[in-house]
Amino acid sequence: MNRPIYGTPANRLLPNLWDILALLFITAIISAACFAGSHMSAPYKVGQVVPLSMKSSLLPEYALLTIARMFIALFFSFLFAFIVGTLAAKNKRAEKLLIPLIDILQSIPILGYMSISVTGFIALFPGSLWGPECAVIFVVFASQVWNMTLSVYQSMRTLPFDLIELTQIYRLSLWQRFWKLEVPHAIPGLLWNAMISMSAGWFFIVASEAISINHQSIFLPGIGAYIATAIEQKNLGAIGLAILTMLVVIVFYDQLFFRPLLAWSEKFRGGDAEDAQESWFLNLLQRTDWVKHLALKYAVFSNRIVNAKFLLKKAPAYKVHVMMEQPYSLINNILWFGLIMILLISSALMTWKFIFHALPFSAVVETIFLGGVTELRVLAAIILSSLIWVPIGIYVGMRPSLAKVFQPLSQILAAFPANLFFPVFVMCLLEFHLSMNIFSVFLMMLGTQWYVLFNVIAGATMIPKELKFAAKNLQLKGWVKWKRFYLPAIFPFYVTGAITAAGGAWNASIVSEYVSWGHTTLIATGLGGYITQNTIEGHFPEIGLGVVVMSAWVVGINLFFWRKLYNYAEQRFRIERD
Amino acid sequence: MNENVLIDVQHITKQFIRPGAQPLAVIENVCFKMFEGEIVALLGKTGSGKSTLLRIISGLTAPTSGKVTYRNKPVLGPVPGISMVFQSFALMPWLTVLENVELGMEALGISRALRRERALHAIDIIGMDGFESAYPKELSGGMRQRVGVARALVMKPDLLVMDEPFSSLDVLTAETLRSDVLELWRESHMKGILFVTHNIEEAVLMADRIFIFGSNPGSIVGELAINLKHPREGQDQGVQDLIYEVYRLMTSVQSEGGAKAHLKKNRIGMDYQLPDTQAGQFIGLLEEIGERQDKGTVDLPGLADSVRLDVNDLFPVLEALSVLGLAKISEGLVTMTPKGHLLLEADITEKKIIFAEILLDSIPLAKHIVETLNQAEDNSVSEEVFLEVLEDYFSKQEADRVLTTMIDWGRYAELFAYDYNTGMLSLEDVN
Repeated sequence: MNRPIYGTPANRLLPNLWDILALLFITAIISAACFAGSHMSAPYKVGQVVPLSMKSSLLPEYALLTIARMFIALFFSFLFAFIVGTLAAKNKRAEKLLIPLIDILQSIPILGYMSISVTGFIALFPGSLWGPECAVIFVVFASQVWNMTLSVYQSMRTLPFDLIELTQIYRLSLWQRFWKLEVPHAIPGLLWNAMISMSAGWFFIVASEAISINHQSIFLPGIGAYIATAIEQKNLGAIGLAILTMLVVIVFYDQLFFRPLLAWSEKFRGGDAEDAQESWFLNLLQRTDWVKHLALKYAVFSNRIVNAKFLLKKAPAYKVHVMMEQPYSLINNILWFGLIMILLISSALMTWKFIFHALPFSAVVETIFLGGVTELRVLAAIILSSLIWVPIGIYVGMRPSLAKVFQPLSQILAAFPANLFFPVFVMCLLEFHLSMNIFSVFLMMLGTQWYVLFNVIAGATMIPKELKFAAKNLQLKGWVKWKRFYLPAIFPFYVTGAITAAGGAWNASIVSEYVSWGHTTLIATGLGGYITQNTIEGHFPEIGLGVVVMSAWVVGINLFFWRKLYNYAEQRFRIERD
Repeated sequence: MNENVLIDVQHITKQFIRPGAQPLAVIENVCFKMFEGEIVALLGKTGSGKSTLLRIISGLTAPTSGKVTYRNKPVLGPVPGISMVFQSFALMPWLTVLENVELGMEALGISRALRRERALHAIDIIGMDGFESAYPKELSGGMRQRVGVARALVMKPDLLVMDEPFSSLDVLTAETLRSDVLELWRESHMKGILFVTHNIEEAVLMADRIFIFGSNPGSIVGELAINLKHPREGQDQGVQDLIYEVYRLMTSVQSEGGAKAHLKKNRIGMDYQLPDTQAGQFIGLLEEIGERQDKGTVDLPGLADSVRLDVNDLFPVLEALSVLGLAKISEGLVTMTPKGHLLLEADITEKKIIFAEILLDSIPLAKHIVETLNQAEDNSVSEEVFLEVLEDYFSKQEADRVLTTMIDWGRYAELFAYDYNTGMLSLEDVN
């Protein structure tokens, strides 16, 4: 049983009609949101903009606020993932509609959600900070939830058949089956996905706590806003302090939350516990008396819920065999397809009206071109990261003692929001008059290179011992050793890492193609810069167009390049282990 | 008489509907009765549909047609009173031994205290005392299956059904657990055990009656009553005789059923389901038969024992030998044909040539592939083309399996080459 590695690409292969419907539908929603935004900009008041206090003693409080937003989003993500994931797995019709939708939603750049949703939330809570507050939480939610929902869906679709039969033969009620079989089976995958998404989430929360929209800057008390204010004031000391605080937060998050949860989820895994996660914090907890006491209380309580008398199914008197599939009725079918048609037509109309009507066709061509430029940057970032980290990853992975140190370290580095370091880079760019068009690649790399490193280390540590011995025995050396042994052995892992890194780079493009230091702003030609610039200037149709085109680029490249590469890698280079 | 019929299986047929193709029959017209106080074994190869039948009987799957009654009431879903033991143990990995055993009682709404008491008792009986708080992954296979048995027994079943209960265990563990289950059987209130197995010895050692299951589609092809007293030992002459008798029944069935009329005329069609065995394997068995034949007749129980193959593995190999005309199998005996001798005595290069001729001669699929490749422009064709042909006769998965087997045989004979990366079959060996 292989542990899923950092980042899990979806397994679905080719788009079908439902994907196209989903794409159209989401495009329509984005357009509508932007349309609404452009009409709402008049009553657009969030109250008095209070300048954020830069007292360093307030930093712990800011950090706590940032963490709180993170966990509120996480809570809603769990709720959504379980409800929607279960629905999609249980209901064929919901599945047909939801899974393509989520697949597309997953490809929308996370910070794009901010630009689109913030006006709507502000309109919900006029004159207060609750609007932007919700928008930030929504962004973090959006960065976690699709992944988690797909994970729940996958788990529920891959329930072990013998266990399903077991619940049938002992006639567990659907409620009992949900808690005894479906939830526990989903937990390891769900937690892993949640933790991975949450690690990436720090980046987005920091970026979205300070947002400029329609020439108005909104600062929510938090680390992100603190550092944004520091950038405005060119306050290097404050930036350093913020980075330090964040580092502490991430280490705590890693040690007290991420690792204990993963170690705990081991319990839900079948198979041998060879590569089991360990957590000193969890061990400590499990040994304390009050936790033991609580566990007992919990067991009694959960027994009451799961085995609640009124939810127990009475022994049914069957008329027809219960294991036969019951087809849908004709009226049911007509209504369903009618609904789909209405959805399809109205989506098409909305998209047409809000985006293509408001903008000339040349704007579409321009954004597609800008997307191409950003794509080149993403590729450059991947190539550079690979050149640096693949050899290092292999070197580390082949030495288990080194890997033990590096693996968790690279996890922490991946979780650390790289955008906190942007100001330092921007200063260098300004100082040496470097081209933003070229050097924004490095900004993109800053956050995403760790995915390559992490996966290559994982791949290298998993090379079977016999293969290593064989390579030694044959005295493989130099290029031959790399070409015939190292590179092929880690290739599937590398591809997974590269895919995740590419996704991260697209997301990062929104903040790394448009950066500022004090009152100087550097803009790189590219789709990310385009979206940010239009957000600041309040050009809503352009935001919508930019986000849609960026999603299209991401979906397209995934479809025609990454997934093909991924399948090839899996088929040709996956080392089978038993 | 009707009073003590436990299970009555009436004309059960199970087909799988495939879009755009003939429905695939897995089980066809199976009838039998099982009486109170009986242990009944369904014996057959893996994939013969006997596990599906077991699931129909216990209400986990609906039959396409036919009816099952349990104590004179139709089975239309899982029935209280029937407990099941699974081949894969089917323990929830996140529940402890105790919690796993309690699971079925939770569904009945039995209180926490009472179900704990009953579960502890069941764990005690099966000899798992002290393991109550262990998780399944901490246990060996044998221990896990003990939990599976305890979980079934704690429900105080009327009928116990077991799906290949011991086949994931090693020989010694299986033997111990088997005799423990028999002991529990005598002491408990269970009214019957129905189990599925592919192990002939196991069926003979445990059952009062054996139904022999043939495949394609699954149906009962023979029945054998066993009147030996328990405990039975594998070395007993009575048991040995019965094992031989089962082999005899299975092989006479084999030449009548299985490849059926095809065999008599030495012609099989494109719809012939190549047995799941590799060329290297049946050539190896042929050598073994050759060696033993020099010393006298070769009987199947002895052969199975010496090459350590069970029914699952042995019968496909035998079928391959017989379909290619390399050996004759009947009445539990194997004889090598002159063709078999010829192949055996040839050197490596000749062997390939002879084998290629035999394949073209007796396997229409091989001939079809070579002819198609001959007609193709650059003598190479995608595997998809052949898969499509096979999918007219088999399920997608089985078509894939048959083609993979064919490719293995064809490569061994150097009839054609296959490129894994492109999925192309071709005449020339491009190297």
